[in-house]
Amino acid sequence: MCGIVGLFLKDKALEPRLGQMLTDMLVTMTDRGPDSAGIAIYGRPEKGMAKLTVQSADPGHDFAGLDAALGAAIDAPVAMTVKDTHAVLTMPAARLDAARAAMRELRPGIRIMSAGEEIEIYKEVGLPRDVARRFHIAGMGGTHGIGHTRMATESAVTTLGAHPFSTGPDQCLVHNGSLSNHNSVRRELRRAGMTFETENDTEVAAAFLTHKMDEGANLGQAMEATLTDLDGFFPFVVGPRNGFGVVRDPIACKPAVMAETDQYVAFGSEYRALANLPGIEGARVWEPEPATVYFWER
Amino acid sequence: MQSFDLAADGLRALNATLHALKDHTNETEWEIVNPRGAHAIAVGVDAPVEITVRGSTGYYCAGMNKQATIRIRGSAGPGVAENMMSGKVIVDGDASQYAGATGRGGLLVIKGNASSRCGISMKGIDIVVHGSIGHMSAFMAQSGNLVVLGDAGDALGDSLYEARIFVRGKVKSLGADCIEKEMRPEHLELLAGLLERGEAAGKARPEEFRRYGSARRLYNFSIDNAGSY
Repeated sequence: MCGIVGLFLKDKALEPRLGQMLTDMLVTMTDRGPDSAGIAIYGRPEKGMAKLTVQSADPGHDFAGLDAALGAAIDAPVAMTVKDTHAVLTMPAARLDAARAAMRELRPGIRIMSAGEEIEIYKEVGLPRDVARRFHIAGMGGTHGIGHTRMATESAVTTLGAHPFSTGPDQCLVHNGSLSNHNSVRRELRRAGMTFETENDTEVAAAFLTHKMDEGANLGQAMEATLTDLDGFFPFVVGPRNGFGVVRDPIACKPAVMAETDQYVAFGSEYRALANLPGIEGARVWEPEPATVYFWER
Repeated sequence: MQSFDLAADGLRALNATLHALKDHTNETEWEIVNPRGAHAIAVGVDAPVEITVRGSTGYYCAGMNKQATIRIRGSAGPGVAENMMSGKVIVDGDASQYAGATGRGGLLVIKGNASSRCGISMKGIDIVVHGSIGHMSAFMAQSGNLVVLGDAGDALGDSLYEARIFVRGKVKSLGADCIEKEMRPEHLELLAGLLERGEAAGKARPEEFRRYGSARRLYNFSIDNAGSY
């Protein structure tokens, strides 16, 4: 069991409240998974700039002077905002790949949570309320976001085992359920050159999507492929830059509820997560069909 | 009418209050406000009372109900009226998966749609769904009646025992050992009564339905199937 929430805003007036609304939704799902929690937030991009969100088990050491060191390594200005164990590094978009490569040399202990023009991913071990507080999620604005609270079944309770998993630039994935063929899929993906940080099944699903898209599929086609190639239980909720997507496995025993109004599209593992959203009384509320890919884009 | 605010007083207090009601209680009309999708609302009630839930509910609302009439003025989460023994549960909106699962008696009415596994392993309950139902509904259903005014999803009635299934719309596929059966006068009569009690008499006529039941080929072990195990 895990809890997923997602919120895609259509009404710009709600954007300053995205973090607050998403935090409330995620805290409501705490009893579906108290092991760890994470959130991906998409903000309006700064023209020509990109962000790396990084995590360290030893932030005092790893983040000290990181902006200057990284700036020198990639020969471009780098701004850094530290939030607890995470830091957001902002740089010219053209230098993003160079920064990723330089990071491995400069600070081998650092893990990259997300990269892209809009996305920031924060995740840690602990209750959703505590994780959201550590990273000041409630104060963040944005266009859309995805949250996850984890009850671990397939791998250890660690920061890197928490969701969301990044699947590529400005992309992320969360999962409620378990995959039974993740070891064999991981072996195939390793042979294809993908690398893995954990023994986690969801990381395999994220890497699967990335690999499919590297081969030329669009996100929708990659999500369709999960229905044939991944064996197990899921809804996956994925965040591309401009929206979000949902797919449930054909058995569909893991719960999923959606709500849509003129102001937003929302996803929750349960209706409870949606019950406090504005205008929910008049919203269209439904369960996504099994084995069907849904997409909302702006 | 007695009113209970779930947001103010909490679930344990609600269910303890309802469990304390006895057969001859004078407090026969109840409303529950601010359900907000909470789990296990009005589970295990055993008194002839009428309860209205003003909003949508989470897992297992009205589970194990005996005698009570419970109306949900919203949609219901997974397992509504699970293992109901008697009484009546009405959902004004949609119901999530395994509505009425393992129910032994009483009547469950869903005014909207029900998702997958509606009536799974039902053992005597009657279920009337005004909309459509999802896949694997009435899986291993043993007795009782499932009436669907709309369509049914994949694998309807898989491994069915003696429950009767009546569907007015399309059936996407039948499960193993579930077949269409002849609609005889006694079935039309039974169905008319179910539609009436299920608040659907004005919406559909018995003649518009098809009946499905067990082919009874899976009841006993067949040596010819040994290779399948």
